[in-house]
Amino acid sequence: MWPTRLAKLVAVAAGALGLLLIQQQSQAQETPPLPQQQWSFDGIFGTYDKAAMQRGFQVYKQICSACHAVKHLYFRDLAALGYTEDQVKAIAATDQCTDGPNDQGQMYQRPCRPSDPIPGPFPNDKAAAVANGGVAPPDQSLIVKARDGGPDYVYALLNGFTPAPKGFQVVSGKYYNEYFPAHNISMPPPLSDGAVAFADGTKATVPQMAHDVVTFLAWASEPNLDARHRIGVRVFLFLIVGVGIFYAAKRKIWAAVH
Amino acid sequence: MADVHRGSGSRIIRWIDHRLPFMAMMQHELYDYPTPRNLSYWWNFGSLAGIMLVIMIVTGVFLAMQYTPSASLAFDSVERIMRDVNYGWLNRYAHANGASMFFAILYIHMFRGLYYGSYKAPRELLWMLGVLILVLAIATAFMGYVLPWGQMSYWAATVITSLFSAIPLIGQGIVTFLWGGFTVGDPTLHRFYALHYLLPFIILAVVLLHLIALHRFGSNNPLGIDMKGPQDSIPFHPYYTIKDLFGLCVFLLIYAFFVFYAPNFLGSPDNYIPANPMQTPNHIVPEWYLLPYYAILRSITFSILGIPAKLLGVIFAFGSLFVLLIVPWLDTSSVRSSQFRPIYKWLFWVLVIDVLALGWVGANPPQGIVVTVGQIATLYFYVHFLILLPVLGKIERPRPLPSSIAAAVLGDAAGVAAPAAPMGRS
Ligand code: HEC
Ligand code: HEM
Repeated sequence: MWPTRLAKLVAVAAGALGLLLIQQQSQAQETPPLPQQQWSFDGIFGTYDKAAMQRGFQVYKQICSACHAVKHLYFRDLAALGYTEDQVKAIAATDQCTDGPNDQGQMYQRPCRPSDPIPGPFPNDKAAAVANGGVAPPDQSLIVKARDGGPDYVYALLNGFTPAPKGFQVVSGKYYNEYFPAHNISMPPPLSDGAVAFADGTKATVPQMAHDVVTFLAWASEPNLDARHRIGVRVFLFLIVGVGIFYAAKRKIWAAVH
Repeated sequence: MADVHRGSGSRIIRWIDHRLPFMAMMQHELYDYPTPRNLSYWWNFGSLAGIMLVIMIVTGVFLAMQYTPSASLAFDSVERIMRDVNYGWLNRYAHANGASMFFAILYIHMFRGLYYGSYKAPRELLWMLGVLILVLAIATAFMGYVLPWGQMSYWAATVITSLFSAIPLIGQGIVTFLWGGFTVGDPTLHRFYALHYLLPFIILAVVLLHLIALHRFGSNNPLGIDMKGPQDSIPFHPYYTIKDLFGLCVFLLIYAFFVFYAPNFLGSPDNYIPANPMQTPNHIVPEWYLLPYYAILRSITFSILGIPAKLLGVIFAFGSLFVLLIVPWLDTSSVRSSQFRPIYKWLFWVLVIDVLALGWVGANPPQGIVVTVGQIATLYFYVHFLILLPVLGKIERPRPLPSSIAAAVLGDAAGVAAPAAPMGRS
C-alpha cells in the first residue's frame, strides 16, 4: 500500500512544483531576472557584516540621505553596526533635531541625541515630491523588505542605470533603469565611482558602494535578523532532540499494540 | 462515575471532583477515551489545529498589548513591535506565519475527512461544525491581515468588502455599513480589530462543540468501519498522546523554519509599504490560503440570466464553502473510506489537483490561459461535488470491507486478542 500512496504524494508535489515554475516564468517577462548576489546575511547562520554596514551607512549618510529618510531608525540603533556609545553620540550630534516647546512656547533645534529618531531630509511627502520631479523618494527603512527580490533587487537597481536601448523613449525628467518596473525612474543615478572616501581604505566603486549600502538597508529593514538566526538554530536543535525522544517513546509504547 | 478516577489524585482533588467532576471528565475524555487502534498520521492534524489555535490566541493577545488600531498609527505600531518590543519580532512572525500554519493544518485535516468519508453518518454535525470553523477562520484571518495597514491590507480590504456591493438594491448600503464610512478607513480598521479579537474566541467555542460531537461516536479511522468492541480500540492515553506529541514536534520544526528562516516568504512585500489610498498595487493578491476562493470569484466573467458576473462570482465563491457544508448529503455512498472505493479514490486526487490549480489561478493576473484554467477548475470543483459524488455512490462497486478493525490490523488472531491495557496503570 505504501508505494502507491507515496507515488501519489510525489505526483501531487510534482504538479504543484510545475505550477510554481510556470508562475515564475510568467512573472519574469518585463525586467531581466535579478542577478543573485552573495550576502553575509544569507542562509541559516548568516549575520550582518559590520564593516560593510558601516561603509553602507556612510554611503547612505553622504548620498542617499539627501533624498531618502529612514524614519523607523533611531540613532541608538546604530550601535548594532559596531559603533561605540561615544561614536553613536558623535554621529547623532552631527544632525539637528527639533525639540520643544520650551518655556517660551517655541520649538527649537538642537544637536540630536542617541534617543532621537534619525531625521529625514524633507518636512513632509509633498515637499519631498516637489523637490524630486513629482515623485517622493520612498522611506528606506523598510525598502529591502518591501520589494520583490529584496537585497538583490535594490542592488540591481543601483547598478541598473544603463543607457536606454534604441527606440526606448525616456520620459523627460526621468532616467532609464533596467530593473525598475517600466524602466522610467525619477531617481537620478545616485552612485558614481569614488563618490565617497571609505575610512577603511576600501575602493569606492559603484558595485562596492551598492553592495555596502544594501547591507546597511537590509539591516535597517530587519534589525533582528542576527538574533533570529541565532535563536533559530537553538530552537531547531531543541526540536530535533524532541522529535528523536518522542519518536523513540512512541515506538516503545506502541510496540505492545502492533 | 466515582470510580472513573480510581484513587487518582489527592484527597483535595477527590473532594473537588465529587462536587465538580472536572477531573473525572478529563480522565474520561482524554485518558480512557477509546480510540480506534489503526489511526494513521493523518489523524494528527485535529490536535495540531487545536494547539495552533491556542498559539494564535496567545501570540495575538501579546500583539494586542502593543498594537494601535488607528489608520495613522497602525503601520508604525507594528514596526515598533518588530524593532523595540522585546522579542516582538518573534511574536509577530509567530502570529503571521501561524495563520498560514493554521490554514495548512485545517486544509489537510479537511482533505483527510474527504478521503476517509469522515463526514458520513453519524458524523454529519461534526463535519458541519468543522466547516463553520473554517468559515470563521477565514473571516478572522482576513480581518487580521488588514490590521498592519500596509498596501495589501488596505487594498485587500477594499476589494473584498466591495464584493458586497454586488448584492442587488441593498449592496451599496451594506458596503457603507461595513466600512463605517464611504471608503475603507479608520472606522473600518477599528471594527476589524474588535472583530479580529472576538472571532478566535467564538472559534474556540465552536471547537468545543466540535469535540463534543467527536466524542459522541469517537474518531473515524482509515478503514472507515465502526469500532465493534474493545479489541478494536486503545485508550487515548498513552497511545495517542505520545503520537500527537511526536507529530507536534515535527510540525513545530516546519513552523520554526518559517518563523526563523523564511518569516516573510508567505507574505507579500507590498505589505511593508504603508497603506496608500491614492495608489493601487499592480496585483492585488490575498494570502495563499484564500487564493482558491479568489480564483473562483474572478473566474465568473459572464452574466447568466441577467445576474451580473460580479454577483455570480460572489455566489460561487461562497458557494464553494456551502457545498462543503452539505457534503454529507451529496455523497450517496455508504462506504466511508476511499480504500474501498476504487473510483472515488482517484476522483479525490483529481479534486486535490483541481484545488491546487485554483490556487495557482488566484495568484496570477487574470489574463489568457489563467482565465481558462480558472473557469475549467471552477466548473470541475462544482461538478465533483454536485454531480460526481451523488452519482458515484450509486454506480461504484466498493471492495469488500474487513469484518472489524482488529481483524484487518492484527490478522486472524484478532478475534481473541485482548484489548491493550493502558500503560503503567492497572
Ligand atoms: C536626488 C535624490 C535621490 C537620491 C540622492 C537617491 N534617491 Fe533613491 N529615489 C529617489 C526618487 C525620487 C525615487 C522614486 C523613484 C520612482 O518611483 O520613480 C527613489 C527611489 C529609490 C528606490 C525605490 C525603487 C523602487 O523600486 O520603487 C530605492 C531602492 C532607492 N531609491 C535607493 C537609493 C539609494 C540606495 C540611494 C543612495 C545610494 C538613493 N536612492 C539616492 C531619489 C533619490
Ligand atoms: C484563529 C486565530 C487567528 C488568526 C487566523 C489570525 C490571523 C492574523 C493575521 C493573518 C494577521 C496579519 C499578520 C501580519 O501580516 O502582520 C493578524 C494580525 C494581528 N492579530 Fe491575529 N489571528 C488570530 C487570532 C488573534 C487573536 C486571538 C488576537 C488578539 C487577542 C489577535 C491579534 C492580532 C493583532 C493585534 C494583529 C496586528 C499585528 C500584526 O499585524 O502583526 N489575533 N492576525
